[in-house]
Amino acid sequence: MKHSTAAINADVIVVGGGLVGTAVAYGLAREGADTVVLDQGDDAFRASRGNFGLVWVQGKGYNLPDYARWTRSSAQRWAGLRDALLADSGVDVSLKQPGGFHMCFSDEDLLERESRLRQLQVEVGDYPFEMLDAAELKARLPLIGKAVVGASYTPQDGHVNPLKLLRALHASAQHHGARFVGGQHIERIEGGAGDFRVRVGEQAYCAPRVVLAAGLGNPGLAAQVGLHAPVAPNRGQVLVSERVQPFLDYPTINVRQTDEGTVQLGDSMEEVGFDDSTSTRVLSAIAQRGVATFPLLRDVRLIRAWGALRVMSPDGFPIYQQSATHPGAFVITCHSGVTLAAAHALRIAPWVMGGAQPDELAVFNGERFLSDKVLAHAH
Amino acid sequence: MPIEAHSRAPLFQAVASETPSRRSVTLSFNGEALNVPPGISVAAALLMSGVERFRATPVSESPRAPYCMMGVCFECLVNIDGVPNRQSCLVEVVDGMQVRSQEGARDLQFDVPLVQVLEVQP
Amino acid sequence: MTLESVDVVVVGAGPAGMAGATDLAGLGLNVVLLDEQGSPGGQIYRGITLAPLSRRDLLGPDYAHGNVLAKALADTSVRHIKEAAVWQVSRDHQVSYLHGGRMHTLQARAVLLATGAMERPFPIRGWTLPGVMTAGAAQILLKSAGAAPVEPVVLAGCGPLLYLLGWQYLRAGVPIKALVDTTHRDDYWRARRHLVSALRAWPYLRKGLQLMRSLRQARIAHFTGASALAIEGTDAAEALTFTANGKAERVSTRCVLLHQGVVPNIQFSQSLRATHAWDTQQLCFSPLRDSWGELDVPGMFVAGDGGGIGGAQAAALQGRLAALGIAARLGVLGAPQRDQRGVDLRQELNDNLRIRPFLDVLYRPRDEHRIPTDEVIVCRCEEVTAGQLREFVAMGCAGPNQAKSFGRCGMGPCQGRLCGLTVTEVIAEARAAAPGDVGYYRIRPPIKPITLGELAGD
Repeated sequence: MKHSTAAINADVIVVGGGLVGTAVAYGLAREGADTVVLDQGDDAFRASRGNFGLVWVQGKGYNLPDYARWTRSSAQRWAGLRDALLADSGVDVSLKQPGGFHMCFSDEDLLERESRLRQLQVEVGDYPFEMLDAAELKARLPLIGKAVVGASYTPQDGHVNPLKLLRALHASAQHHGARFVGGQHIERIEGGAGDFRVRVGEQAYCAPRVVLAAGLGNPGLAAQVGLHAPVAPNRGQVLVSERVQPFLDYPTINVRQTDEGTVQLGDSMEEVGFDDSTSTRVLSAIAQRGVATFPLLRDVRLIRAWGALRVMSPDGFPIYQQSATHPGAFVITCHSGVTLAAAHALRIAPWVMGGAQPDELAVFNGERFLSDKVLAHAH
Repeated sequence: MPIEAHSRAPLFQAVASETPSRRSVTLSFNGEALNVPPGISVAAALLMSGVERFRATPVSESPRAPYCMMGVCFECLVNIDGVPNRQSCLVEVVDGMQVRSQEGARDLQFDVPLVQVLEVQP
Repeated sequence: MTLESVDVVVVGAGPAGMAGATDLAGLGLNVVLLDEQGSPGGQIYRGITLAPLSRRDLLGPDYAHGNVLAKALADTSVRHIKEAAVWQVSRDHQVSYLHGGRMHTLQARAVLLATGAMERPFPIRGWTLPGVMTAGAAQILLKSAGAAPVEPVVLAGCGPLLYLLGWQYLRAGVPIKALVDTTHRDDYWRARRHLVSALRAWPYLRKGLQLMRSLRQARIAHFTGASALAIEGTDAAEALTFTANGKAERVSTRCVLLHQGVVPNIQFSQSLRATHAWDTQQLCFSPLRDSWGELDVPGMFVAGDGGGIGGAQAAALQGRLAALGIAARLGVLGAPQRDQRGVDLRQELNDNLRIRPFLDVLYRPRDEHRIPTDEVIVCRCEEVTAGQLREFVAMGCAGPNQAKSFGRCGMGPCQGRLCGLTVTEVIAEARAAAPGDVGYYRIRPPIKPITLGELAGD
């Protein structure tokens, strides 16, 4: 005799246990919501495992100042997140925010960079940055290579250990009572306003609210709850070196030294579908740029290279939206899960639980991809 | 502290049936000169000269020495002629080689190669 | 980056690679053979072309056979590139390697991976101490440097290679303090099922029995049914402790040689995302291949121990069968020709593999020496213990890749070679799941380290 599996009830179901899903789940659990996180298996694409680890503000939100503001709000709250995670999980995610550098290899690049940052400064307001020529850069980073003609620096930037972050978020969410279920392949989401049933085989998970944070799995799931989330894979390749004694205190856009001493070099932006393999041509180009940036890296050994699939929307900006046809269903998706972790943990949960949507997020609806309308600027 | 070569008998030595080579290679380990047979790996040479500790791990500074001798375990890492973290079981001894124990993670700024790592092709 | 076109690239110059490359060249194909060592032989025939007669004699007749393969290879048009470190093999048959400090890439039409086996990890307390090595390492020292232990050595574990080493040491006059054998009479009892097929491999079996008799006659302290192996020492090995016949034993020594079988080296086949299966008899992952050795990645072939442990003779035969398979794939042979030429080889291969089930059961490594207690280091490079790994499972890690991201296990220079199988089995046991369902590390290039400058093409 076959008996049905009893449904599992919760206040919120979060679909996706990566950096976005666990950060949101942590925020929800801290608010006292009974949260269940449904996660995929060990060998899924897992954008969260392929992260460079930057907590990066400079240059983001060009032509969409709300994104710059949302990003800055997260960077400003990041130290608070670090402290909370340490208290809740015992894991120190090694956050460092000494400011960061974006290298330029030609005068044209430098000029373009300056104009981009100046525009952001005009639109956002409080947006400190410096442009450094080769001599000034060498004074700050003595090991910089001659091929680098200059750089932009902002004090807002930093980096963190993304794997420790994932682990810390996971443990901290559990510490506040969130339940994680792994190996789940969601078949469908049924129901409507305030009453959702997520089906995995014979098992149903029921809650008045559901948050879709399933990365590249979002498009199909979103459609089931009246949301439009056309994200697609965008590949980035990264090189990881052997451990090295500390030599680089600042993160840079393409080279950073991790808290364990390894050097990470990136990256690329390729549209190759669901292919997370590496290619010699791109790896070689990344190595060339890395060695041009810091020539002493020439003799460092590469231990591992990987490709990871970013969760990329057509305009590169996130999608944050509550469904109009299925109130209580949310989609939360972006490709900067590390930088935005603080915002996700600290500012999304109240919105999901019925509060007001954060100001910056109004423009990040999914419908913007359905029309030819140019996005209206905030000013 | 690293155990100095010759403080204890070597773990390995040529078996009795081996004819000693007429040539020998001189190399140094942590500044101490060693005479070893030609045509063997640096790892074998060090083991045959009484070196028991090849490196300290980056994670905990634990002492390590060769385990597999075939390039799979990465325990035999030493600094050869200024190049850190070389798998000594895959490198043949050369006269005048300067070998140093690998003390933790390599230091990019102070480990300067003494010779260019370029093979001369015959 | 130079890109040169060839017909076939063979990776590895052990028995499978030598035999395969030789036959491929004989079939008229343009072959490049890449190997890390300075002379052919792989590990089993390491140093065979350079070994003085006295050393060859010491190592025994099986070792000497490697010379036959090496000579045959030398007589062909195969371009054998020595001291080449292959760091990437791609699904579209591009092989990238490091040679002379520079990077090279070959574009092949088919690739034969003959990278062989490596020692099964032996995670016991103290296994990371200086003075602890594998029996394979000891054999390499013997083969490539004519070197052996000076003071009384302890051999511990199980499997034919351990006894072979003991026999070789006896002949060389090396003092063996003890042979600590984990083989238990229960293993003999379980292996009886395969005895009939083992007897059909009588020559092999007789050789094994002769080895054991020599060891017994030499009156070496031989402990059988040993369990709970552990190594004592602070900065170096000082003693091996174990239990045998219900008694706790301690044998002091500075040199412990461990061995509990060999396992396929699957770094390349995994990096190609070929399908692998957990072999419940051999307790390891091996790539799925057809009867010619082709993986489920078209044009990729595996021959020898890299596809499943079969020994040196089986490896050479598989190399030759793969050569036929590749030739048919490249249109040099028709399928009927290929099949016809393969008949005798296949018969010989089956004869050679007959002994395997018996050996696999008889010398099955003990569970406790594969799935260690909490304090034992599992990942030597990053110093992650079994206990830490079990904590990750408790936190929700379902497999090795999640465990890797939680604790850096498998992220060090060896990229999982010495911890992969242990991690899979520890997680499987903790989750009460099958190792095949738990899976293995995602393996990525570079399969061998390459400097940024070399990769950049400076």
